[in-house]
Amino acid sequence: MLFSLAESFRSALLAIKAHGFRSFLTTLGIIIGVASVIAVVSVVQGLSYSINAEFENLGTNTLTIRADTPFKEALKGKIARITLDDYQTISDNVTGIDSMTPTYQGFGRVREIKFGSQMEVSNVLGTTASYRQVNSLYIDQGRFITLDDDKKSRRVVVIGPSLIEKLNLPSQPLGQFIQIAGEWFKIVGVTVSKGELFGIDQDNIVIMPFSTIQSLIGRQTKPQITIQLSLSKNADTHQVVSTIRRLLRSNHNLSHEQIDDFKIQTPEQLKSSFTSIIDGITMVLGGIVSISLLVGGIGIMNIMLVSVTERTREIGICKAIGAKRHHILMQFLIEAVVLSLLGGLIGIALGFGLGVLASMVIPNFPPAAVPLWAILIAFGFSAGVGVVFGIIPAAKAANLKPIDALRYE
Amino acid sequence: MALIELEQISKHYQMGSQLVKAVHNVSLTIHHNEYIAFIGASGSGKSTMMNILGCLDSPTNGHYRLNDQNVATLDESALADIRNREIGFIFQSFNLLPRATALQNVMQPLIYLGIPFNERKNLAIEALANVQLEDRSDHLPNELSGGQRQRVAIARALVTKPSILLADEPTGNLDSQTSVEIMRLFDQLHKDGQTIIMVTHEDDIASHSNRQIKMKDGNILRDSSAI
Repeated sequence: MLFSLAESFRSALLAIKAHGFRSFLTTLGIIIGVASVIAVVSVVQGLSYSINAEFENLGTNTLTIRADTPFKEALKGKIARITLDDYQTISDNVTGIDSMTPTYQGFGRVREIKFGSQMEVSNVLGTTASYRQVNSLYIDQGRFITLDDDKKSRRVVVIGPSLIEKLNLPSQPLGQFIQIAGEWFKIVGVTVSKGELFGIDQDNIVIMPFSTIQSLIGRQTKPQITIQLSLSKNADTHQVVSTIRRLLRSNHNLSHEQIDDFKIQTPEQLKSSFTSIIDGITMVLGGIVSISLLVGGIGIMNIMLVSVTERTREIGICKAIGAKRHHILMQFLIEAVVLSLLGGLIGIALGFGLGVLASMVIPNFPPAAVPLWAILIAFGFSAGVGVVFGIIPAAKAANLKPIDALRYE
Repeated sequence: MALIELEQISKHYQMGSQLVKAVHNVSLTIHHNEYIAFIGASGSGKSTMMNILGCLDSPTNGHYRLNDQNVATLDESALADIRNREIGFIFQSFNLLPRATALQNVMQPLIYLGIPFNERKNLAIEALANVQLEDRSDHLPNELSGGQRQRVAIARALVTKPSILLADEPTGNLDSQTSVEIMRLFDQLHKDGQTIIMVTHEDDIASHSNRQIKMKDGNILRDSSAI
């Protein structure tokens, strides 16, 4: 059996070579199909890798606690909050925390930055010194905000590098004053660039001490904060999460039947939610381009049927000298499979090339990457197309009566 | 023991509204090492006889025993085996595989026998040498003359050492000089013990045989061995 397989393979290659150009046209459908699958997958996967790398940067042992109003409560007009009390409770009662930082996000006017005649809307955060460790933020010029800044509610800010250009600041902006919500702030530091994530500029950022932003927003407004904390090396993430959850529920007076009005997110969770989005995109796009593989398969079937008709006499000769049904079946089936595998092979190379090209042409796009599974699927799929669409022509050839095949003109 | 026994063999088929009796109630016995020529006008049923004898076509009625085996009851796969092992075919139009070299053509039946490549190649070279074509083994059929092509076909027919050599108008597409060469080869094969059955409408080709069976309208008109 193995032996006749090798024979069929050899004669299939001969037949494909004999009709070089036609074979190429036949496989074109498969080539285009596989190439588009691979191109799409390589671009999306490249994106996925770069997102994963971003999350690695966040550090694996960081937790983010933010308010999350349950839908039912939201309908009643209530807004859940994480407050400084919550911050204090966690900081007093939870062990296994290395550093902890509250973040207060500016809103409304506390987002408007002015320098001279330039005005820019930026992401304004009030936080503490430990924000830097928790978020793996690095300082390019000057310093980060300190405990002392917070204690004395100093009007100092650390800015992201994008703002230098946007506000027309001098390239060494330390000591310059900018205006936020009508108040003056001194620039004491500039962060190292973090680049873009999903097209969002992560360097358009202003960081000031927590107590400063509180006074800026006003003590009357109930603060809505986000708490970030990094765990100490030996801490059990699960245990810390459940302790925090218990504390916050009791702080917020939640009864048993009420669901949490906050979220404790680990980077893993964030990552997996992004990954599932990416996987969804990959599958939908992959599904769409699979249709072209189907069309390619029909093209192969068509040509194989023509080929069977053309070679009817040859089939008759082979049967007259002793070929059995399975010999003929195998020969044509393998020819179809080889054709579509060749198409698959060219398609993979072409698709990867297209992916690389696309990620080079689109600005700020991560490099393309083709995972092994995509190559295996593309290969398997094209072999499958060959078998599925080759079986009818092959069966037609194998079922010919020798006498009819020999008489065929 | 007889090599071939035909008992009341008929081949009828429908052509439009007409029932054609290509062969009708023919009984015949053929022994080893006979040299037979079926003769007759076109439409006399001699080619149909040939196809039935070669297991390319099955009779509508009657019994066909080949080497004491009832061929009529065999399935397609078993018939393929018989064609492979017991019968060597030679056609008027040579019927070589156009994209395969002379050597590959001769090797082809051995593939179906399941013989490994090296042995297959040796057997094929030997068979080509028997028809004096060993120096043409790498040529494609369209690079060979008619006589050479027919000799490749003979080598291919004999490479599996079949019991019967069946030839359907073997010289029909050849000039007289080449025809003589081919017939000389046939005579030699017969002398070496090969059973040969051929179909021809040329008397001088038929005269090489020892037994001439003349057919007309699907019946045997005259069998020289019966006289």
